[in-house]
Amino acid sequence: MTPGPGSRITYREAVKQAIREALAQDPRVFLMGEDVGKYGGCFAVSKGLLDEFGEERIRDTPLSESAFVGAGIGAAMAGMRPIVEIMTVNFSLLAIDQIVNNAATICHMSGGQFPVPVVIRMATGAGRQLAAQHSHSLEAWYAHVPGLRVVEPATIDDARGMLRPALESPDPVIIFEPISLYNMEGELTEAAAGVDLSHARIHRPGRDVTLVTYGASLWRCVTAAEELAASGIEAEIVDLRSLRPLDDAAILGSVRRTRRVVIVDEGWRTGSLSAEVAMRIVEQGFYDLDAPIGRVCTEEVPIPYPKHLEDAALPDPARIVAAVRRTMGNAQ
Amino acid sequence: MSELPAGTTRERGLHLLREMLRIRQFEARCAELYGAGKIRGFLHLYDGEEAVAVGVMQVLGVGDSIVSTYREHGHAIARGIELGPLMAELYGKRAGCSGGRGGSMHIFDAATRFYGGNAIVGGGLPLAVGFALAEKMRGGHGLAACFFGEGAAAEGEFHESMNLAALWKLPVLFLCENNLYAMGTALARSESQTDIQAKAAAYGVRAAFVDGMDVFAVEAAVRDAAAFARAGNGPTLLEFRTYRFRAHSMFDAQLYRDKAEVEEWRRHGPVISLTTRLKAAGLMSEEEFQRIEKEADAEVRAAVDFAEQSEWEPVEDLARHVYAEVAAP
Repeated sequence: MTPGPGSRITYREAVKQAIREALAQDPRVFLMGEDVGKYGGCFAVSKGLLDEFGEERIRDTPLSESAFVGAGIGAAMAGMRPIVEIMTVNFSLLAIDQIVNNAATICHMSGGQFPVPVVIRMATGAGRQLAAQHSHSLEAWYAHVPGLRVVEPATIDDARGMLRPALESPDPVIIFEPISLYNMEGELTEAAAGVDLSHARIHRPGRDVTLVTYGASLWRCVTAAEELAASGIEAEIVDLRSLRPLDDAAILGSVRRTRRVVIVDEGWRTGSLSAEVAMRIVEQGFYDLDAPIGRVCTEEVPIPYPKHLEDAALPDPARIVAAVRRTMGNAQ
Repeated sequence: MSELPAGTTRERGLHLLREMLRIRQFEARCAELYGAGKIRGFLHLYDGEEAVAVGVMQVLGVGDSIVSTYREHGHAIARGIELGPLMAELYGKRAGCSGGRGGSMHIFDAATRFYGGNAIVGGGLPLAVGFALAEKMRGGHGLAACFFGEGAAAEGEFHESMNLAALWKLPVLFLCENNLYAMGTALARSESQTDIQAKAAAYGVRAAFVDGMDVFAVEAAVRDAAAFARAGNGPTLLEFRTYRFRAHSMFDAQLYRDKAEVEEWRRHGPVISLTTRLKAAGLMSEEEFQRIEKEADAEVRAAVDFAEQSEWEPVEDLARHVYAEVAAP
């Protein structure tokens, strides 16, 4: 029995429900990736789906990221609706030719004749002491590329709801799933059925400062906002949700209300999504700002293995609170 | 030089020659238009390899999908894309078969299931695996025909695709046009194992050498491979031994090969070889040959006129087609 709205489920279960629903409703949908079948998924997202849907639709692939991602692109162009799982963003670099040179370009190069309705899911992020090669947050690389749509569900509702519009989109959609959120529990609400792919969402309203973030950092911001509230600072949290396109209207709308902004990004600062968001605020809302834009990003090091160093490298509530207090500056 | 296959009719022979000449005349004009600045960017000519495209396309049906490379004019013409929209694409005009957005290296055509001109060496192979996978999952009888050069065999995508296609027994025809040089690097200068069909065989892909200068040999080998694939037996790799008579692209000074080598291959070229054999068999006169050539010339002239008269896409449309404007199939 699938738990419905109102129940508490994990992020993992929310993603799995979405995949199961898609498989049940559309015979064109299939899941393909490394260890998605017999193993049940590296993060147990697809556990049980092989028994339920069979080998044809739950396809274990060889460790050939380029071939199976490219095959997903081809199958999508030919009328199927593949969900391609790349175990983590780290391994997606072995398929980046297919994603950037094929998925993102073919609709355009063909003069619009061949849309590429593929969905590519991949886990992202650090926080589990997996060291430098298993801890990347490279969302910005993909968000850089016209032709792709890039989303990152950070909530249970989005984890449950984003797959359906992604599969309905005629464009290639990359869904980033933060590894550190798979075990997160939360309430599934009716809103999951109506989520879209392109709008940011005010996760927490507040009058004093805007925190713009996405992915696992949403919850770091929530913790920081609670701490700030205790000292009378009400932070508004904007969960970007869509990393391409960026929802300028939502970002600027919040900044115009609070006039102060801190951007929290698990990517490295240099050339990051935080840089893009900040520049859009400068371009479109410079005169609405009462203080310089603040940023909390991952330190510019490959992610180290020891816990104390990894923690020190990543954005955390304490650094977010400190950045907000700096931004509040004279106002406090 | 081999004999014509037994039972070759005059009609059949002339058809094959006509198809090869249409490609050759089209591209001869392309080279001139490049010099005149009408065609820009990269232009990779197929001169010398026409028997492969023409032989292959005799076998493929409307339900089959084609994935090609940046040297794909011959594949496109043999597949049935009209010369007018093809030339307009090389001009970059709106009436081009890719709307002018792709150019010479990115010929796309939905009507003939021609899925591009891929300009990343090896990048098309995984796509072909995907087309074949979709076909197999739907229970269809179509197959995916994937052209690539011998240089692609050094790419990881070649090896990954061989394995996946064989593992899942997918209906893919891997069509390797071995013209001996990957741009300017001879196979033996870049590969420890120069036998490409042996690489495919190592993955359990059925594989064979074919004389890529003989259109009949090409057609026969592809017919066999297609029947094998359609019967559900999986992929075949055919390594066509061929040669490009012209430079790699219009920027290539050809320092890596002797003129004598080029001349030697020209003597065994696909057009001259078929012409000689048809004449020797009494199936075609010199007058008929000249008539076919003239007809091809006229068709190419009309294509150039079409391209010249086509409009440029307005700059206001620049951002179009980045995302789909229509529902995906």
